[in-house]
Amino acid sequence: MRALTFHGTHDVRVETVPDPEIVNPRDAIIEITSTAICGSDLHLYDGVIPGMQKGDILGHEFMGRVVETGPGSTLRKGERVVVPFTISCGGCFFCQLGQFSACDNSNPAEKQDASEAAYGHAMSGIFGYSHLTGGYPGGQAQYARVPFSDVGPILVPEGIDDEQVLFLSDILPTGWMAAENAQIRPGDAVAVWGCGPVGLFAVQSAMLMGAGQVIAIDHHPHRLDLARGLGAEVIDYTQTHVLEALMEMTGGIGPDAVIDAVGMESHGLAPDNVMDTIKQKVGIGADRGHVLRMALMAVRKGGRVSIPGVYGGMVDKFPIGALMQKGVEVRTGQTHVQRYTRDLLNRIMEGQIDTTFLISHRLPLEQAPDGYRNFRDNQNDWTKVVLKP
Amino acid sequence: MTRASTRIAVPIALAGAAVAVYFLTQQSRPGHPPDSAPGRTARQGWFGDYKVAGRSITIAAPRQELFARWTNPAELSRFMQNVRSVGEGPDGTWRWIVAGPLASEVTLVTRIVETRKGEFLAWRSVEGSEIEAEGKVFFRDAPAGRGTVVEAIIAYQPPAGTIGHWIAKAFRADPRMQGRHELKRLKMLVETGEIATAANRREERA
Repeated sequence: MRALTFHGTHDVRVETVPDPEIVNPRDAIIEITSTAICGSDLHLYDGVIPGMQKGDILGHEFMGRVVETGPGSTLRKGERVVVPFTISCGGCFFCQLGQFSACDNSNPAEKQDASEAAYGHAMSGIFGYSHLTGGYPGGQAQYARVPFSDVGPILVPEGIDDEQVLFLSDILPTGWMAAENAQIRPGDAVAVWGCGPVGLFAVQSAMLMGAGQVIAIDHHPHRLDLARGLGAEVIDYTQTHVLEALMEMTGGIGPDAVIDAVGMESHGLAPDNVMDTIKQKVGIGADRGHVLRMALMAVRKGGRVSIPGVYGGMVDKFPIGALMQKGVEVRTGQTHVQRYTRDLLNRIMEGQIDTTFLISHRLPLEQAPDGYRNFRDNQNDWTKVVLKP
Repeated sequence: MTRASTRIAVPIALAGAAVAVYFLTQQSRPGHPPDSAPGRTARQGWFGDYKVAGRSITIAAPRQELFARWTNPAELSRFMQNVRSVGEGPDGTWRWIVAGPLASEVTLVTRIVETRKGEFLAWRSVEGSEIEAEGKVFFRDAPAGRGTVVEAIIAYQPPAGTIGHWIAKAFRADPRMQGRHELKRLKMLVETGEIATAANRREERA
């Protein structure tokens, strides 16, 4: 089959690799009809997530048709499914609590050592996202092997476009969980840093959860327009002092909740971000924590900070004083996708949530390397890339 | 300094400092009475000539089931991937061929010296074993209905002592790492019916 493979920083290639097959009883093989490039794929592309190997197949947002099933799968050939990016067994202590991204049984035993060293514990397997989360081949390919296919994949009715449901695989549940983690009460003021796909879905979700005011922060005019289109007020951080503006726009209180939908590769020329960028470039492993620092400074006393943005290592100059003194509550985590897919599919079917407004480019899989380059370098116009294998 | 040399020099300096601090903290502390932690978590990891390793894991299954799997050679070889073969001899001893460093193999001959069904077993190496070792496995009810806590402990004399221990560690073949992986595989097998692998094809599976 053809698949997009990783060969080093800013070097991804479409190659011919062996087709996957059923390896474990609960596996299914999916023929992929649509797959997307995720903002978090850019962290891999930029070489800031450890544990990537040459030849790894990328991609964790995909859907398609079932072409083969193991004896323990509940899927049937021909069924149409969207596949969550987290691989979860459904039966362990964590899955039973609904903490699917903490599944004990999906990250191969011999792959767990590195994440135990890095994070204290190993998290679930994730498709196409480094060997820290299992080294599973991803879905930017013609076919994918899907473990625990009786738990993760969600059946999609015929007659609904791929593009309406594809994002159930990651960014829609991620934006939704970000808003849920912000514990929004009716009328709350919510600030969202980052108007990428997750930030925009967090804006949409916060509105549906009853936020009275959503303020979105970015520097790309087109992305800010998309947020405005969803009903948000916007701040362009290249023009405005963000902390001062957030205070003034919330009656001197500060936002009740702040969502960091940026993560470890924040942009901008703030002094802390410039220092972090240098450290990241020389490879001493510090994340760029600018947005998280700003979020903790911006949030009102006793407010909530939600972090859907991806962080991979360490951050310094962390305003622990602001966090503790103000009594801020922080919630975060890789998305527990399987917890949300059914509810969100219903909301899409009922027309409550639109997912297609994000998509700026549709490319054949063969042009995926162009997609990566542009999604990284032309972020104003390239808001979401869908690949067709 | 060039970017490349910074990239190398900084981690080496940090690693060197970390190693120095580590060794300085490995001394036992006179005047400190023993604490509640298991011996294997002591900073001083040698007990005479013996190295002690162990690990606990909570598995959502009853004690009796896990005990039965642990005492059945056919079941053991399903989840112990570092064990090339294991079989029970007519004299009641078990003969294990275990993966060692650099594709080597180590033969271990053991005998079970004590069992309490569903709760506990103890074993030790006997004549013909290439490694002097003994071990215990405890099966205890986990709190809050979470299943069973399996605790496996091994005390062994690494071939070639400290140097042998470090060589095994460097080649990812020391009992501590192997044991950790095997316990996780047992948990996967019991809780999901399969052992997780990222292999995309059956022949890639280790």
